[in-house]
Amino acid sequence: MTTDVIDFRDETFRDDFTFRNSPAGIRRFPFPFHEDRYMYAVNIEPHAPGQVGTAYEHPIDVDEHYVAEMHDRALVLERDPLRYQSLPHMTLAGWDLLELLMDAQATAYPAHFELHRDGDRWRWINRPLGIGDTFTFGDVSTLPYGPMEYITRQSQGDFCIVDQRDGNLWMDAGMVTTQADWSLDFDIGMNFMEWHGPVPLAHELGVFDRALKFLLNIRQGQPVRRLNWTMTINPRLDTSPEEYPHWGPDRTTVTPDNVGQKVHLRVELQSFWRLPRSNAIVFPIRCYLISLDELVTVPKWGRRLHRVLETLPDELAGYKGLTRYRQMTLDWLAAYDDGAPTSPGFFPDP
Amino acid sequence: MPAGGPAAAPAGAATAPAPVATPKVQAPKLAVTVTEVIDVTPMIKRFRFEPSDGAALPPFSGGAHVIVEMREGDVLRRNPYSLMSPPSQTSSYTISVRRDDQGRGGSRFLHRDVRPGHRLLISPPVNLFPIDWRARKHLLVAGGIGITPFLAQMDQHARADSAFELHLSVRERAQGAYLDELEARFGGRVHIYCDDRGERIPLDALLADQPLGTHLYVCGPAGMMEWILATARAAGWPDQSLHSERFLAPASGAPYEVTLAVAGKTIRVTEHQSMLDAIEAAGIDAPYMCRGGACGECETAVVACEGTILHNDHFLSADDKASGRKIMPCVSRFEGRSLVLQR
Amino acid sequence: MLVKGIKSRPVYAPLRPRPGDHHLIVANEEGALAIVDLAGAADLGFLARARIIYVPGGSAAAGHDTRLAGLGAAACDVMPANAPAIAALRDALATARMGTQVYTAGTEDFIGQVIQAALDAGMDLGAIGAEHRGSLERRVQCVHCKAITEHVTTQPATCIGCGRSLLVRDHYSRRIGAFQGVSIDAEEPGTRPPSEPVFA
Repeated sequence: MTTDVIDFRDETFRDDFTFRNSPAGIRRFPFPFHEDRYMYAVNIEPHAPGQVGTAYEHPIDVDEHYVAEMHDRALVLERDPLRYQSLPHMTLAGWDLLELLMDAQATAYPAHFELHRDGDRWRWINRPLGIGDTFTFGDVSTLPYGPMEYITRQSQGDFCIVDQRDGNLWMDAGMVTTQADWSLDFDIGMNFMEWHGPVPLAHELGVFDRALKFLLNIRQGQPVRRLNWTMTINPRLDTSPEEYPHWGPDRTTVTPDNVGQKVHLRVELQSFWRLPRSNAIVFPIRCYLISLDELVTVPKWGRRLHRVLETLPDELAGYKGLTRYRQMTLDWLAAYDDGAPTSPGFFPDP
Repeated sequence: MPAGGPAAAPAGAATAPAPVATPKVQAPKLAVTVTEVIDVTPMIKRFRFEPSDGAALPPFSGGAHVIVEMREGDVLRRNPYSLMSPPSQTSSYTISVRRDDQGRGGSRFLHRDVRPGHRLLISPPVNLFPIDWRARKHLLVAGGIGITPFLAQMDQHARADSAFELHLSVRERAQGAYLDELEARFGGRVHIYCDDRGERIPLDALLADQPLGTHLYVCGPAGMMEWILATARAAGWPDQSLHSERFLAPASGAPYEVTLAVAGKTIRVTEHQSMLDAIEAAGIDAPYMCRGGACGECETAVVACEGTILHNDHFLSADDKASGRKIMPCVSRFEGRSLVLQR
Repeated sequence: MLVKGIKSRPVYAPLRPRPGDHHLIVANEEGALAIVDLAGAADLGFLARARIIYVPGGSAAAGHDTRLAGLGAAACDVMPANAPAIAALRDALATARMGTQVYTAGTEDFIGQVIQAALDAGMDLGAIGAEHRGSLERRVQCVHCKAITEHVTTQPATCIGCGRSLLVRDHYSRRIGAFQGVSIDAEEPGTRPPSEPVFA
């Protein structure tokens, strides 16, 4: 049980990019490399409550960027409503997700969220966003939005709900405003193999078969998680293909002097949960950003990131969009890598 | 062109494709107490379970089942039973069990020995027979005790105001469970056919007159299900519109030995034990989910085989079965000189 | 920087008769030849329960419409353009029963629209057969402005909505019935390669 009281930041993820991590925010960042090379295969692990004081502590993580992220989401949706879509048969799954997120946020952060249930009559209070709503669980007419849109406008990260049928998973609902470069509007309705189609390495297909088999057997009460990572120029959440003409040119603005401010490590904490009433699977994709200036304040991470980027295969660097600024970033990070050994594991040295 | 990023690959599979090690952890079991046992018909009893510690049970999706663990002396049985209670009701779960005198003893144990107050462990719900919510209409066809998963599904359909029909075949009215309740609650959407009155499901006519987007769900005796599914396929119903669930009871057969290469043990599988039961009885924690040959979770690699694997599952492909390199120990057996598994 | 070798386009297969009690066969242009092949593999019972809807074009001078009319199907309707053919299909599907099969052949944009109509009517993919014949031209959705540009034959293509130069990816959406187009020179405007005819 926690008594986390979060000091929410007032910051932007666009235009003037005032986003920063506090010192505590830096230390709890989910650094994705446990050793000095990035190996292609990454383990899935049970999404069990993790180390206190890290992004893994609670099943659904709310942090100091919550209010600002929700504001950015609202801006994205106003401009492009197609970033949230739910095919008609997915409403029940939306209710499942609403329950999951309300329960998780209220349980872990009682100072900020409350959920009161009286049969089907629920009352939800979200203090940081100034929301207080009473509604009937299961009745869409009692909420201002459909259940998935309602709750994901109040939860950090993107959410995809996949329907399980015909031995496959189908991406049939999503709230996608913080995503690294894929289009919900284009991909909605696709199955697992289809939405992974653009992955360029054909020999990966055997790998997708195993991943799909694993996901099909995910059970209620047993969520799992994995990490993914890439890099972004400026702390921009919305790096969608829709907006690519807007953010793509940022990649050409990196100079040796601004690497520390502009180049960001972007980590996705992905989890997979079986939803009870609909039998669908929800796939939260929680995005964390850190500038290299901030990252190198943890000496182990500065050394390690330098070594990971140096040894990253070219094709992987290309696929992650790093090619343009990789060398400049390596040159900058070299100053933070004295060759000393690094301890195993993700977390900062005490 | 965005030079990549995990473009269009939301699972990030581009950068970190497959899980190398998958966590084979069993979901924590639910401790329940039997609070009611009702004789529904001479052969069918209904059991209600409530959580032993007072916390709520998880909600579930219609069509789900739980694995009930039953200890009778030295014998530990784990059998799947469909949940028939309303899925949103979290204060109790209800199952109906037909006594099978030819079976391995689980239903006989429940009928004979389990009374209110008895404590059991059950798995959280798992659903291998879910509703396809895209369907414009749901045509439910059941035989006998196969009605149980549909009771839970119809509760969800009633709440969602779905279009559905139930066609239920029973031997005789008195042997049919829940007929009065079904007719009372769902009226004209329920059609009951009693064998002893010569009533049969008018299958061809039924299948010929459904709007596009109707899905068919069938649960009942094996022969009935095969007839219905074959008729539907021949009438042009695509596989995606056909849903069925049949728990394969692990077959009984001559006892045999199995060597477990990883554990370094050779174990004996008795006549009425499944291979999975025997592996577990030897203290080895093997993965499983449905225990009925359908879900693939217990798939085990065969290291060496001198003899014949008797594949009784629905999961492996014909090629996999022929290769002899994989086995589903929850339902399959072996005869021959030696079988070595990667366990 | 172009990522090459992305393969997520749909794969089509030669049309084969399937069990069913009503067969809706919808083709355009050279798709007629796939229908002739289909009829050749089918029995008379199949054709007696089949209705053909056909839009001539492409090598239409070859008299495909006459050939189709002579196959012995229960009905054969020749339409002047794709749109009325799709409308006729939607009408037929509105009252169709389970057991109905759809078969489609011809250009990719046309069969994509047939598949959309069938899925919209509640059909599942197992009751829909699609075979590509003829031109490789594509329908392309611009991911930026969402406009759909028809009859795309070049790489890159120009978006009819916003004028951007688009990389035509192999990534295809069945729901939209189009391939994805993404700005090819967003990072350095004006650096786009010259258009080559690739999807002819």
